[in-house]
Amino acid sequence: MPSLKDLKNRISSVKSTRKITSAMKMVAAAKLRRAQDAAEAARPFAERMESVLSNLAVAGKDSPSAPLLLRGTGSEQTHLLLIATAERGLCGGFNSSIVKLARTRIQELLAAGKTVKIITIGKKGREQLQREFGDLMIDHVDLSGVKTVGYANANEIGAKVISMFNAGEFDVCTLFYARFQSVMAQIPTAAQLIPASFEDSEQSQDEGAVNYEYEPDEEEILKDLLPRSVSVQIFRGLLENGASEQGARMAAMDNATRNAGEMIRKLTLTYNRARQAAITTELIEIIAGAEAL
Amino acid sequence: MATLQFDLVSPERNMASAVATLVVVPGADGELGIMPGHAPYLTTLRPGIVTATVDGAEQRFVVFGGFVEVSPSSVSVLAEEVHPFSELEPHTLEERIKDAEEAVATSDDDDVHRHAQHLLDLRTLKSYRAQA
Repeated sequence: MPSLKDLKNRISSVKSTRKITSAMKMVAAAKLRRAQDAAEAARPFAERMESVLSNLAVAGKDSPSAPLLLRGTGSEQTHLLLIATAERGLCGGFNSSIVKLARTRIQELLAAGKTVKIITIGKKGREQLQREFGDLMIDHVDLSGVKTVGYANANEIGAKVISMFNAGEFDVCTLFYARFQSVMAQIPTAAQLIPASFEDSEQSQDEGAVNYEYEPDEEEILKDLLPRSVSVQIFRGLLENGASEQGARMAAMDNATRNAGEMIRKLTLTYNRARQAAITTELIEIIAGAEAL
Repeated sequence: MATLQFDLVSPERNMASAVATLVVVPGADGELGIMPGHAPYLTTLRPGIVTATVDGAEQRFVVFGGFVEVSPSSVSVLAEEVHPFSELEPHTLEERIKDAEEAVATSDDDDVHRHAQHLLDLRTLKSYRAQA
């Protein structure tokens, strides 16, 4: 049985842990709000881009001169996986869930005899995948020094991917990230960037009714916009990821704070019992001593 | 007087949204002024200046890359990078010019024209900036 002093020490240590986790929760909540705002602010651009591109793409997809980014290289041999995770841990299952999804995909691809190349974004994902697939990794993007992810960061990654594609280093590119649904739920998602895939939704057909005049012409515009769209999608993924990370961290820290409170309650109970027991023993000793006289 | 809705959007946020009477944008085949009732039109952007006339006053923005979507009642400029003209830092322009010069020097025949045009646009922009 631990002594009174031990118990006291443990209680105070759990108390300071609780202070830390509740502070982290608060910080995560503030950051989450900012990340959500950023994701929201980025939405109009991405949505318009997509609607214009899908209009163009639906029309131009079957043309033999359509850009490779849209049509694909005609092969599916080499896959490039962009795996975006957080730079920091302590955010529950956030990193692991993305890594898990990516790992399943990698194993599937390898089993099918495909070549896999990996670019990791964020330190945590690389750490978790390094041992297993270290030799497949061709690059790592370090965002640890970046406070808020800007379009410039995404554009840099996008430019790298495009230049690799143009050099024929891969056929299919997929981005892994966690889509933010709520603080409690972040959904690991795989989004195919190249060849560009657009949903042939009713919406795009409706908008197709507007007959735009294009300048220079549809194909030129597609050629110009498709590489940009890759960057935009990466940017969007990174923002979603940022919001998801903070949401996951907030939930994890909330749990930790609650657990710490529960632990403190139990320890305090044990402490009080032990103290009472000590007092009782002392009294019995005194009474026994008095009776013996 | 007829007006049209003018939106200027960058990937990061909505830069401007106003009711304008005239919007001038640097389209792929040259500058074009858009007034209310313009035919539906879509073009890519060259580096340059977007000027919107709002309540008789001109608002000017420097844009790099992106596209413009025009409908009879609205103009949406989706630019990869947007700066209000007065806040354009000279060094961002210098860096771009340097990159463009490199691109011209290293590109092959197919692309050299495009890169050269890009460089030219940037230099024009720089001279505008110097005059202001």
